[in-house]
Amino acid sequence: MTTVHERVDTFHDNDQKPVGYGRMLRKEDPRFLRGRGRYVDDVQLPGMLHLAILRSPVAHARIVSIDTSAAEASPGVKAVVTGAMLAQQNLAWMPTLSNDVQAVLATDKVRFQGQEVAFVVAEDRYAARDALELIDVEYDVLDPVIDARRALESDAPLIRDDLDGKTNNHCFDWETGDEAATEAVFARADVVVSQDLVYPRVHPAPMETCGAVADYDAVDGKLRLWSTTQAPHAHRTLYAIVAGLPEHKIQVISPDIGGGFGNKVPIYPGYVCAIVASIVTGKPVKWMEDRSENLISTGFARDYIMRGEIAATRDGRILGIRTNVLADHGAFNGTAAPVKYPAGFFGVFTGSYDIEAAYCKMTAVYTNKAPGGVAYACSFRITEAVYLVERIVDCLADELGMDPAELRLKNFIQPEQFPYTTKTGWVYDSGNYEPTMRLAMEMAGYDELRREQAEKRARDELMGIGIAFFTEAVGAGPRKDMDILGLGMADGCELRVHPTGKAVVRLSVQSQGQGHETTFAQIVAEEIGIPPSDIEVLHGDTDNTPFGLGTYGSRSTPVSGAAAALVARKVRDKARIIASGMLEVSVADLEWEKGAFHVAGDPGRSVTIQDIALRAHGAGDLPEGIEGGLEAQICYNPSNLTYPHGAYICVVDIDPGTAQVTVRRFIAVDDCGTRINPMIIEGQVHGGLTDGVGMALMEMIAFDEDGNCLGASLMDYLIPTSLEVPDWETGFTVTPSPHHPIGAKGVGESATVGSPPAIVNAVVDALKPFGVRHADMPLTPSRVWDAMRGQARPPI
Amino acid sequence: MQVTMTVNDVEVTREIEARLLLVHFLRDVLGLTGTHWGCDTSNCGTCVVWLDGEPVKSCTVLAAMAGGHQVRTVEGLAKGAELDPIQQGFMQCHGLQCGFCTPGMMMTARALLDRNPDPSETEIREAISGQICRCTGYATIVRSVRWAAVAEAQAAAQVTETTESSEAGEIDNAGQPAEAVA
Repeated sequence: MTTVHERVDTFHDNDQKPVGYGRMLRKEDPRFLRGRGRYVDDVQLPGMLHLAILRSPVAHARIVSIDTSAAEASPGVKAVVTGAMLAQQNLAWMPTLSNDVQAVLATDKVRFQGQEVAFVVAEDRYAARDALELIDVEYDVLDPVIDARRALESDAPLIRDDLDGKTNNHCFDWETGDEAATEAVFARADVVVSQDLVYPRVHPAPMETCGAVADYDAVDGKLRLWSTTQAPHAHRTLYAIVAGLPEHKIQVISPDIGGGFGNKVPIYPGYVCAIVASIVTGKPVKWMEDRSENLISTGFARDYIMRGEIAATRDGRILGIRTNVLADHGAFNGTAAPVKYPAGFFGVFTGSYDIEAAYCKMTAVYTNKAPGGVAYACSFRITEAVYLVERIVDCLADELGMDPAELRLKNFIQPEQFPYTTKTGWVYDSGNYEPTMRLAMEMAGYDELRREQAEKRARDELMGIGIAFFTEAVGAGPRKDMDILGLGMADGCELRVHPTGKAVVRLSVQSQGQGHETTFAQIVAEEIGIPPSDIEVLHGDTDNTPFGLGTYGSRSTPVSGAAAALVARKVRDKARIIASGMLEVSVADLEWEKGAFHVAGDPGRSVTIQDIALRAHGAGDLPEGIEGGLEAQICYNPSNLTYPHGAYICVVDIDPGTAQVTVRRFIAVDDCGTRINPMIIEGQVHGGLTDGVGMALMEMIAFDEDGNCLGASLMDYLIPTSLEVPDWETGFTVTPSPHHPIGAKGVGESATVGSPPAIVNAVVDALKPFGVRHADMPLTPSRVWDAMRGQARPPI
Repeated sequence: MQVTMTVNDVEVTREIEARLLLVHFLRDVLGLTGTHWGCDTSNCGTCVVWLDGEPVKSCTVLAAMAGGHQVRTVEGLAKGAELDPIQQGFMQCHGLQCGFCTPGMMMTARALLDRNPDPSETEIREAISGQICRCTGYATIVRSVRWAAVAEAQAAAQVTETTESSEAGEIDNAGQPAEAVA
């Protein structure tokens, strides 16, 4: 029951796709199934020492003194290092991905609970932990800023007194859209709806925490660093800047990674500490944080306090959308976002609708909370943007008394309007929204669900149906528009075909479970006709792969996938020339089909890609001007982002006695353009939907008024288990990207982006009999209970 | 202190600190890194192994407590080159992505099938509810376990057919794991 549109065909007219995309079991699975994955904590080197970090117990305090003498005397301890010692080497501070600075180890003050204060290096992890207990730190506790709304008050304590001339907690302002034009459409609109929304702080909490093994060889000056990073090449460059090591002497290895979700994009102080420790001790040093450290100190997500306003005609034509955002960036601005987009891609908050005007004003502030703001499959703040627009569209539907599906259908950007420039300046590459929405409604049995709901309401049962329709911007990004710390967001790819026709492809992106070893083998196979099983995919090692910015923001397939397709075409172009020599015909007389070139009109005269590979490496003559070998490398600079879309429908039941929300059904129809491996796509969607259930119903990193993190373990920070989620119902449409070489758009974050508003909309819909128009996440039983009694309140 | 236990059918004796956790004993002392360490609080289940055939979270078992007992880890799931049906099921149904929770999930699932060869979806969800997967959304894990259940039922049916046409004695010794349960 799917609507499949024609795929863009970028091949030569006479070129046939040789292998075909489709469901293929993963090449990487066998090692994981046997317990032979290679994660950072699995790395054991001879003589390796272990590092543990002492963290601040308070959110804001001046460090008066640190006494490490007892720790140094503890059995097995090799070194104890403080911020003061790092400062002597000019290593106490490091740049963040947002051009701010962050303390590696605190020197003057601690600015959030869990901040790194000192580290111990010892013979084993237990000895290192023991010694932490013996470090005596005297703190002069200061008032913290915990509520972002208070951060800019004149009497708020100053957090970033390390920054020259800083007199308040202001981080940045940012605006987009046309304020005056938006004001004009709001002034003439029949209906204006305004809603305050909080997207609480949540945490990606990948199953593998963050860590590193640093191995510095003083003789040859080479640093090898195994680390949990989603962006090994970008990290290498930053280490060169931070540590002053020459970049060619740094090898960053990102082996198997136990989930990332953005949490493993930033450089954390622990990585730098491990490097320093290896240099100081002359030994390999391992640092693995524990779960509590992961939750209290590493890259969080969200923490946006938003006001959304929507203007429309009485008959449901949306005219304008306006938003004001207060963003909590924690103690240091550690967001990973392109330089020109300090609020990430929040600018797509106009959603999938053809409107007349839009305006966004944002203020970001520092607070005494952990830094970050990058993470949790957020596509650079698109999660917040989609939540905002899809929630206020539902509020508008409620105000107008319209069905929320009908309101959306009435306002969609139409297929013929693509490429569509939004009122905030983004150019949506392609989209065909109505078929996607209709398919989701058909799969859900939307009308029947509404009838069921009416019957249940008559019996005082609480059932809700929630819709979200999202458009994402992924695949960052065009060199002219985007860079991170001056590094263009391009990706390289290298393909070598060996003499026997087997191939190795080297990627600049890296997998944290997305199945790159399979998907990229399929992409290359499709282009060059070598079976995926004969293509080795290498990634995650900066010494053995071309430069690129890494895996986050759903950018692997849109950027690196394009690079892989294009490098394969480059190799095929050379193969075509060699084939013309072998068959003694002109290049123009050759046709390509299923991994072989044959003479047009004479299929019997053909050479396979394997034949050509052997010739390319052999002793025989090659056409004039053609070098031996069959390999190529490229760097792909995307001309635009890609814009996947999707329609999600959630059905919830709420127990009126306990206020417990149960997600009964979830229908997800995704359009990620050309689909390479449907099995892997489905897996990506399922995972994101589960993230959505977590954020909508369970997860929140809360703080008390003193800045104590209340979500510091998996007993306090609740993540969905198998019992909180339904069996997902997925479907798809295909609207290829016109500018991507194979039409693929990326799907890694779609479901995380699209599912929270669908779930919240469903819960609010269920609570309509109580007069509820909005309730903030997380919709825990106690918060739903309050909403049922007219006491809904923001979570912060 | 000295501890002796049987891990994946092999008896091992090591000198350890009394406070050493079983998960660290397996990983750091024996080098069996298939068992993972994810939370320290028995919430995530990436560290699940069998102690005398029962799934336990090895981050909350002292290595000393495993002394004299049988431990089985993910490395002891396959029979040589042949993957256990649970492992095959996870591959066939895409029951894993990053692979970090997978060993613990498979150990629990194998134990479930050993006591209930035909579990319902609800029974599977309940069995793995003490373990967290951040990637898959659980549906494919449920499918993976069902795949294994069906595969084993089909294999058993074939064995039964074979048995009917051969001597029972040949079958009794066939394919039974040699593990002893204390």
